[in-house]
Amino acid sequence: MTLPPEVGAEAEAAVPEAVLVGAGATEGRSLGQIAWMRLKRDKVALGGGIFLIFLILLAIFAPLIVKYLGSPPNEFHQELIDTAGGTLEPIGRFGGMSWDHLMGVEPVNGRDIFSRVVYGSRISLLIAFLATLLSVAIGTTLGIISGFIGGWTDTLTSRLMDVFLAFPLLVLAIALAGVFPDQAFGLQGNQLRIALLIFIIGFFNWPYIGRIIRGQTLSLREREFVESARSIGARRGYILRTEMLPNLIAPILVYSTLLIPTNILFEAALSFLGVGIRPPTASWGGMLSDAVVFYTQPHFMFWPGMAIFVTVLAFNLFGDGLRDALDPRANR
Amino acid sequence: MDHSRSWRARGLAAAGVSAALVLAACGGGGGAGGQQGSSNQSTQAAFNAASTGVVSPSDKKGGTLKFANAGDWDTLDPGETYYAYSWNFARLYGRSLMMFKSAPGKEGNQLVPDLAEAPGQASDNAKTWTYKLRKGVKFDDGTEVTSADVKYAVLRSTDKQTFPNGPAYWDGMLNLPSGYKGPYKTPNMNTDSAIETPDKSTIVFHMKQPFAAFDYLAQQPNTMPVPKDKDTGAKYRNSIVSTGPYKFADLQPGKSFNLVRNDQWDPATDPNRKALPDRMEVALNVNADDIDNRLISGDLDVDVVATGVQPAAQSRVLTDPTLKENADNPLSARLWYTSINPTVAPLNNIDCRKAIEYAMDRTAYQTAYGGQFAGGDLATTILPPSIPGYSKFDLFPDGPDHKGDLDAAKKSLEACGQPNGFETNIAYRAERPKEKATAEAFQQALGRVGIKLTLKPYPQGDYFAQYAGLPPYVVKNKLGLALNGWAADWPDGFGFLSQIVDSRVIRATGGSSNTSVRIPEVDKMLDSALTELNTDKRNQMWGEVDKRVMEDAVIYPGVYSKSLLVRSKNATNIMVTDAYGEYDYLGLGAQK
Repeated sequence: MTLPPEVGAEAEAAVPEAVLVGAGATEGRSLGQIAWMRLKRDKVALGGGIFLIFLILLAIFAPLIVKYLGSPPNEFHQELIDTAGGTLEPIGRFGGMSWDHLMGVEPVNGRDIFSRVVYGSRISLLIAFLATLLSVAIGTTLGIISGFIGGWTDTLTSRLMDVFLAFPLLVLAIALAGVFPDQAFGLQGNQLRIALLIFIIGFFNWPYIGRIIRGQTLSLREREFVESARSIGARRGYILRTEMLPNLIAPILVYSTLLIPTNILFEAALSFLGVGIRPPTASWGGMLSDAVVFYTQPHFMFWPGMAIFVTVLAFNLFGDGLRDALDPRANR
Repeated sequence: MDHSRSWRARGLAAAGVSAALVLAACGGGGGAGGQQGSSNQSTQAAFNAASTGVVSPSDKKGGTLKFANAGDWDTLDPGETYYAYSWNFARLYGRSLMMFKSAPGKEGNQLVPDLAEAPGQASDNAKTWTYKLRKGVKFDDGTEVTSADVKYAVLRSTDKQTFPNGPAYWDGMLNLPSGYKGPYKTPNMNTDSAIETPDKSTIVFHMKQPFAAFDYLAQQPNTMPVPKDKDTGAKYRNSIVSTGPYKFADLQPGKSFNLVRNDQWDPATDPNRKALPDRMEVALNVNADDIDNRLISGDLDVDVVATGVQPAAQSRVLTDPTLKENADNPLSARLWYTSINPTVAPLNNIDCRKAIEYAMDRTAYQTAYGGQFAGGDLATTILPPSIPGYSKFDLFPDGPDHKGDLDAAKKSLEACGQPNGFETNIAYRAERPKEKATAEAFQQALGRVGIKLTLKPYPQGDYFAQYAGLPPYVVKNKLGLALNGWAADWPDGFGFLSQIVDSRVIRATGGSSNTSVRIPEVDKMLDSALTELNTDKRNQMWGEVDKRVMEDAVIYPGVYSKSLLVRSKNATNIMVTDAYGEYDYLGLGAQK
């Protein structure tokens, strides 16, 4: 697990410059507008963002896309496999690439790799998004409580974070996913697996964001605008809602964007290790795991590997750009 | 008799793409050619030539053979080892009462007397068996082998605490006194009720039940003599006293060992062994793909586990005519099959079970296991063809291309009252990619007639103990289908069938490999076959059991397992024996 990025700290130097550039027409511009303007100038981040939109659309419209550009992801095409020669490799070059099978077919059963990669994006994105949401929800709540209330609440929460950070997450995840029954909480089969993966990935990642939010809250708590609000008698709830939260949105947003690719990788790792989604449902990690023994058929590993690589890269580039654009200390 | 665990373990070795193995063995070069024994037919190097004849026959002594094992040896102790390859190999350093003849193909299935002078003499309705030992057989330290050494060897192997992984036939079947826990824990107990040694060269076994195929038990390495004063219990595996033509040298556990000539072995006492090479070197825990590559390059002679090359080497061997010419593709006595559980509705209706038999695409089963060469042949019976008693029949013809007969399947579904299909689950072992591929194939094929399958992977360690082999779990979780595989401990109907079709092995507490066959008539047929002393009649009775079980449609036979083996370039006298479905390690010679 990578360490969370330090939001904001090093971007301070950029502030005057950004303000200067926008100087002429800055009047009346909202924070969002300024951020958007900065983001627009960062072509790399913008490229990442556009790719992500494309990817999300791909995932949403997977059935439609596959209908026109492939075949159902679990359908066998043994006629495209060399069964007569006994090698069970796809017939034709590059893993049997053709207009019907844009990325070729899998060895042994001849399933269409393109449609499996497209369908795999649904699993990856769904789990990564929801797991991130869970981490952020828990992390933000506990981070704010810890930083805002302080005292022994802070000590307790911080130690709790330490405990979670010290967990051998992968081992725990494998154990949990391995022993979990087929049916629980009214869910079964893959629904349950997805819920379980979201829980494992999300629940054990919250301390990273929790620490950042706690730090931000601690520093915000001492800022002048909070003190003045307090001095005129504002209540805690009001200060939290009106003074603190708006200033925390930027780090939350940035951190979420950077947490998603980590979670995609984690989901792929779990599927690769066989404790993720149940076959035959396609997932990128599961495809990689299937491909390992067929290392003489590199296309089988290449496409899902590329999908993971490009997606993670896009999220990271976009996240970095967003961080630069939304630096929380650039305002007020 | 809970020997099922190890049988399964062997299946595991075969199935595991991850764990496993390659095989290899001999080579096509030309050694000096004479041949011994009229039965051996010299064969030109061609694909699969060693499965029916001897490739590069030779009587030339000398040379070194190199073996490699992708894992560790289960154990070299003849009292505990339980893999086909290990039993094949053990004949090099030990002599059991009977043994499988060193010969190609079906001839290798013949039992010949080894330490004994002749096959066992039955008396008391096949419950008592008597063997006479050959004179002049010695241990590698020069002491003479007596019947007491054989008795001691068998008795020590019944101690399942010291040897937990060994075959469990003897302790279950011998008429041992109650409370007997083996010679280590109960050294002073009188065991004459089970094994008598009236003189130095006679040994008499007393069984609890009639067992007509006793000579098959007597070929197990358990009967290889062990000298009591040299026995070190569980540690004996590292200091084995040899009776065969080779003895151990430089044994490093988990790493390697060598076999060198045993000068106390007297060829005059041994009509069965040529003992051609001077030396054999065995490396353990070698990467499986590395083994393949070294076999192909000629740097290695035999992948001793012999379950076939990895997928990477598979395509190389099959697409290169020269490599293919020097490969063999033997059938082993193993069946990959799927249990159809009649305890799970609607499969309690025979017509619903028949619908599955008809609707499955058998060729997809075959590809899932590696195709026609690395996987095996399409199976329609439970007994594989290499087992005596096999007869070819197909009760549920699945169409000319073996992709399933959907019309027949739909008719069966109507007869069963489920014209639109039904839903059920299929269990398989999560660690086995081939079983996963098979389960996916079932899902696709049965989906064509509306039978909806959900895949249920389970950890293979507890597959039979807690999941697919635990009857209440099967019912509760509606595991209508369960993937399974079975290999015989020896090529005989009893060895193959008893653990997978006898309903009495099913335990409510789990652990049985038989999950679906509960036919009282079959149990009776098995019992009566066990008292039939005429081998031909007995074999025919096994065939009838096979047919009777298939009539109930509780087993879907998938493939008779085959393995793709690379023949060594250096070895001579190369042949595959049906007894093990591997190269006959006893017959191999070396050019250099």
